Amino acid sequence: MNMTNRHMNRARLLIAGGWLMASGCLQAQPAAGASAPAPTLRPLSQFSNIADDKQRSVALFVEAGKVIQHPRCLNCHPSGDRPLQGDGMQLHQPLVLRGKDGFGATAMRCASCHGARNFDATRAFSVPGDKHWHLAPIEMAWHGRTLGQICSQLKDRSRNGDRTMAQLIEHMAHDGLVGWAWAPGAGREPAPGTQKAFGELIEAWAASGAHCP
Amino acid sequence: MTTLTINRKPVEVQAEPDTPLLWVLRGELQLTGTKFGCGMALCGACTVHLDGEPARSCVTPIAAVGPREVTTIEGLSGPQVAVLKAAWIDVDVVQCGYCQSGQLMAAAALLRQIPKPTDADIDAAMAGNICRCGTYPRIRAAIHQAAGMQPA
Repeated sequence: MNMTNRHMNRARLLIAGGWLMASGCLQAQPAAGASAPAPTLRPLSQFSNIADDKQRSVALFVEAGKVIQHPRCLNCHPSGDRPLQGDGMQLHQPLVLRGKDGFGATAMRCASCHGARNFDATRAFSVPGDKHWHLAPIEMAWHGRTLGQICSQLKDRSRNGDRTMAQLIEHMAHDGLVGWAWAPGAGREPAPGTQKAFGELIEAWAASGAHCP
Repeated sequence: MTTLTINRKPVEVQAEPDTPLLWVLRGELQLTGTKFGCGMALCGACTVHLDGEPARSCVTPIAAVGPREVTTIEGLSGPQVAVLKAAWIDVDVVQCGYCQSGQLMAAAALLRQIPKPTDADIDAAMAGNICRCGTYPRIRAAIHQAAGMQPA
């Protein structure tokens, strides 16, 4: 095993190093230590002094927007047929397509490379994974849209997977693939705050009338 | 101890559960047809099939394989594969050959699911398999030729 380890590491240096430099992939994968500390989310208590329901609702959604418009979320809510990747939101390398079901093209599925959990390829880079790794449907595209547009989209059952507000809150607060955004593995910044705090913001936004910025 | 099904046979392997399948194939089982390229699922050299679907063995811990059947280049067979191999030789696809077992695994999975693929189908299915010799035009031609040679 140790021999194999050493052997593989040497091969990785010789082969992968040259290949990655040649293809420019290292730009898409900054070292884990290089990114700034992840920003946090303001707790609900900081919004209670906004008396006006609409103003408070908008403020809550703007705060939740730090998550919604974070690369961890936008990368898999692309406006085209290709996902984005990395904190720099480049087009996914290699070329992959959403396919008919959002789980990839025939014989080049998301699961061809993305397992049920993150795989640490090196200390600085992991191949991300989740049991349900796939793209959001095109009608849920967020990339390139304003937060106000995304907000309206989230409330529109023809563009939110036919979810009621309760189902939307449940999705945001508890869905496993959404939750991946806070544990994305080495080489990428987690979404701000926690999924719990994000869910609370969305729930409070809904309770205050679900107004959009 | 983990039991895997590799090329239709049950195999008991000693490696730790988090060991990548590729290391077990090459190191423990001496199935060296599957190649190590990048170790990060970026190049496709280590492609095997799990229940017929392409998978990058370099980032697949053996614990994650479960009951799925592993097929490597050594076990890739059947009438459709025979036609594919014949086309590969006829078109003289291979240059250095390092990526080719991965290319064939991807091509075989494509043809099984889309017997007459278009250029777009081929490009979408094969984009994750890098060839540093740039044999892409010949890979595409051989897949088309294999598709044409198959019984209707």
